[in-house]
Amino acid sequence: MIDQVLIPLLKIVIVLNATLVAVTYMVLLERKVIAWAQSRLGPMRVGPYGVLQPIADAIKLMIKEDITPVRADKWVFTAAPIISMVPALIVYAVIPFGPTVSLFGRKVSLYITDINVGLLYIVSVASVGVYGIILAGYSSNSKYPLLASLRASAQLISYEVAVTLTLVSVILMAGSLSMVEIVNAQYNQHVWFVFAQPFAFVLVLIGGLAETNRAPFDLPEAEQELTGGFHTEYSGMRFALFFLAEYANMIVVSSVVTTLFLGGWLPPFPNVGALHLLYYVPSWTWFLIKSFLFLYLFIWIRATLPRYRYDQLMRLGWKVLIPLAILNLVVTGIVKVMLM
Amino acid sequence: MGVDDRKPPETPPTAAADKPSSQAPAEPLKGEVSRTDAPGAGASAAPPGAPRTEPPAPKPANIEAAVTATVSETSSATGQPTAPADPAVRAAAPAPKASGAEAAAPTAAAKAAPPAKPAPPKPPAGGAEAHVPKAAPPTGPPDPPPPADKTPPAFITTLQTAVPGGVAALSFWVGDWTIIVPVAQLLDVARRLRDAPDAAFDYLSDLTATDWPPRTEGRFDVLYMLYSTRHRHRVRLKVKVAEHQPIPSVTGVWAAANWLEREVYDMFGVNFTGHPDRRRILMPEDWQGFPERKDYPLEGPGELLMENPLDWLKLRQAREEAEIE
Amino acid sequence: METQTVHHGAMFDTNELVINMGPQHPSTHGVLRVVLRLDGEKVVDCDVVIGYLHRGIEKLSENRNWTQIVLLTDRMDYVAAATSNVGYCETVEKLLQLEVPRRARYVRTILCELQRIASHCLWVGTHAMDIGAMTVFLYAFRERELILDLFEEFCGARLTYNSMRIGGLPLDVPPGWAKKVLEFCTIMEAKVGEYEELLTHNRIWLERTKGIGIISGPEATGLGLCGPALRGSGVARDVRKDEPYAAYDEVQFDVVIGTNGDTYDRYLVRMEEFRQSLRIIRQATEGIPEGPIVGKVPRLIKPAAGETYHAIESPKGELGYFIVSDGKSTNPYRFRVRPPSFCNLQGLRRLVRGHLVADVVALIGSIDIVLGEVDR
Repeated sequence: MIDQVLIPLLKIVIVLNATLVAVTYMVLLERKVIAWAQSRLGPMRVGPYGVLQPIADAIKLMIKEDITPVRADKWVFTAAPIISMVPALIVYAVIPFGPTVSLFGRKVSLYITDINVGLLYIVSVASVGVYGIILAGYSSNSKYPLLASLRASAQLISYEVAVTLTLVSVILMAGSLSMVEIVNAQYNQHVWFVFAQPFAFVLVLIGGLAETNRAPFDLPEAEQELTGGFHTEYSGMRFALFFLAEYANMIVVSSVVTTLFLGGWLPPFPNVGALHLLYYVPSWTWFLIKSFLFLYLFIWIRATLPRYRYDQLMRLGWKVLIPLAILNLVVTGIVKVMLM
Repeated sequence: MGVDDRKPPETPPTAAADKPSSQAPAEPLKGEVSRTDAPGAGASAAPPGAPRTEPPAPKPANIEAAVTATVSETSSATGQPTAPADPAVRAAAPAPKASGAEAAAPTAAAKAAPPAKPAPPKPPAGGAEAHVPKAAPPTGPPDPPPPADKTPPAFITTLQTAVPGGVAALSFWVGDWTIIVPVAQLLDVARRLRDAPDAAFDYLSDLTATDWPPRTEGRFDVLYMLYSTRHRHRVRLKVKVAEHQPIPSVTGVWAAANWLEREVYDMFGVNFTGHPDRRRILMPEDWQGFPERKDYPLEGPGELLMENPLDWLKLRQAREEAEIE
Repeated sequence: METQTVHHGAMFDTNELVINMGPQHPSTHGVLRVVLRLDGEKVVDCDVVIGYLHRGIEKLSENRNWTQIVLLTDRMDYVAAATSNVGYCETVEKLLQLEVPRRARYVRTILCELQRIASHCLWVGTHAMDIGAMTVFLYAFRERELILDLFEEFCGARLTYNSMRIGGLPLDVPPGWAKKVLEFCTIMEAKVGEYEELLTHNRIWLERTKGIGIISGPEATGLGLCGPALRGSGVARDVRKDEPYAAYDEVQFDVVIGTNGDTYDRYLVRMEEFRQSLRIIRQATEGIPEGPIVGKVPRLIKPAAGETYHAIESPKGELGYFIVSDGKSTNPYRFRVRPPSFCNLQGLRRLVRGHLVADVVALIGSIDIVLGEVDR
């Protein structure tokens, strides 16, 4: 009973809350990091160094008037933010924050569940999120959101092809779709997949940026062109849901990349005996540090790069990333067969 | 406000004012103009008001002039009254003016006198002469002819031979050459100046107009500031046109003229013909009158209506109803 | 969305999307309205609607006396107010045939060039921001702040300076100011490199700007483009060189021109103008002569009857004033400004055709408009 229901429920509560807190503080982190990059201070007013800013933001967004445009498709308009938010959160079910550890004499795994098609689950659930954006743009009955949703659907579909093809080569390496097994494979093969699959790593990173609508691929919400894109007509908490979904997706992408390429919860050089000391650091710490590096990279890129144009983005996706992904897959397969 | 897709009529849309509803703008206008003008004429030390070009003119004449002018603008398809009426008013004015000015505002007159002397120390010639008709109302710029020692640039002399009658007069003032061109020859002169290798005026710097309401040979000066990126020289063309007189658009010669002519049309109501897209540019599409004409009050009907939106709404409603009828 | 009334007379077409960009839009740099007709994301045609900021400065100026107008010129190009001041004062001086002392002319040159850098800072920031590179914006504003400090020290204001008088300067430069200007030049030199590092060789920036809005030299000349927009097309037209005013005939500088006439070239031209401006400022500041700051200005300014056109090179291009004096009144009979932004904006329709929506904002950025000046 305890193992079957209570502990999973407890884990879900912890992960969900931790994610939501992480997402809100992710916003603060982004504002702070970009501010430092731009030689300013960022939020400084709410709490010391602005640490309470996310709470103030949350209160503001919750008490703000929630406007539904008169000519909007009301049901879809309401459903869109939820469709966007829910997939971003349920993906965390299969992300392994750590291995199975013993806690108070009980074996507890530091992930909610380990299904044998974990990676497939992530890819398919994450792609539901795009419906939220498409429907938001469509249901607003406004031109800028419509353009944005057209951009979003084209962009997300084409980049999903590239990312998924690339992930296949990782699956080939690991021989499993389970996230936990992929980490274990990296331990067993004595190499993080980032070194075994550098191409795939770069491709997934670029694709991940594009799939989370982050700069320089933030076309669907290009503020300077489309005045906010798909969420132009949204306000208050519904807007906040889109906002949170974007950051939750960012965390998902960095978690997935960490798991697939950086050995998940494994410390650096897990097989080197001399560095065994690193195992005394809790495993989830390594996971969080690695994920944080990616999040930082995302923010850094946003502060630095201009935005791609729609057609250039498509060209990059179809003419560069997808062929490279296929090539990578073929080479991986051949090498794998030869080594066997 | 939407972008309007209807092409404006070839004549300035004063014709619209013929509709009964547009009596309305004239109605508040009369009262308001006299309201704003009265203090202006009374207190000579105050910042000058619109018709301050002849500040000491007797009060009643002044008001009347302004009113007749604006009324003619909003309600006349005839358009004639301004030109003939004004000189009449002004003809009466000068006599008291000269004496009245010195008496009413001695300080201003005293100050005005000395600077007039240092002002034209260097001007080549004609400066002082241009300054002589002091009391007369402004009927146009002096357009002083070039002094004897100043020979016009070669492109002007060749232009005179290439386009017969193209140069009605020549003027030179503070270093600027001005060619006064008859309306009929404007396009020929423009093309010739653009294409002739010795002129090569490929750049239309500016196109604007000046309004001289009392002038008999057409109240507007339309001015074309030309520049040559090859020879790096400048010249100014000046065309005198009357209120509704058509003047060919030079958009075919210099594409830059498009918006500039639209602005001149918008501000002065100069009747450009052959313009590809003649709409108002700065003022709203349904604006009445042409704001930069001299007879348009500084604080005009539009501003007053905007200050009192209820009146404005009533007016708009009336106009819409009239259109439905 | 009743915006399908583009002046082409086309009724709403299911194949085309009519989209209203502005007057409230983050990338139209003020209250510009661009009505775009889109085929997908491709711009078929556009109509540029202006006039939302029309304040009638020309009409107003005809009813103010000659000295009061200086203040109105501030309100046109409000990011380069000092340049407008200088342009107006020089035009009146030309009408008055007034000799301006050399010291005043040098200070004017310094102010104009500082203003050019300030304006270009704002331009590079907003242009990069429109294309999505947000950091350059704040970097550029950081340096613009230094210039505003210099202006504040000179005339007490930071935006609308009213910094010029007919015949010379209102005040002499404060002690130590010249040294600060030179210090600023040293700082700015390095910072321009910083902007360029972020943009000039950035792959995405190149892709976004190269080949966008190409316009040939003759066509740009015919369309009346001016300033960097014209020079980017390879036309060496710079009023500072061609018709020198202030002290530009006494300083050394190069006119920067582009080759392809695309957005990238216009960008490069302005980036190089930063350096040329610094060069001018250095020379002018080091060579600033002693002497009076105001010429022999009459107590009551009342030029003899006549008219003149005088142009200067504002950061946006040829800023011309056409002023008619009737010789009798203390206000100009006709006051006309040739606003460079207005003439550059006219070219927008030609530039955006066939490009994508995202390029529209890049092109609006690349012609560098200020709506206060477009509408006056």
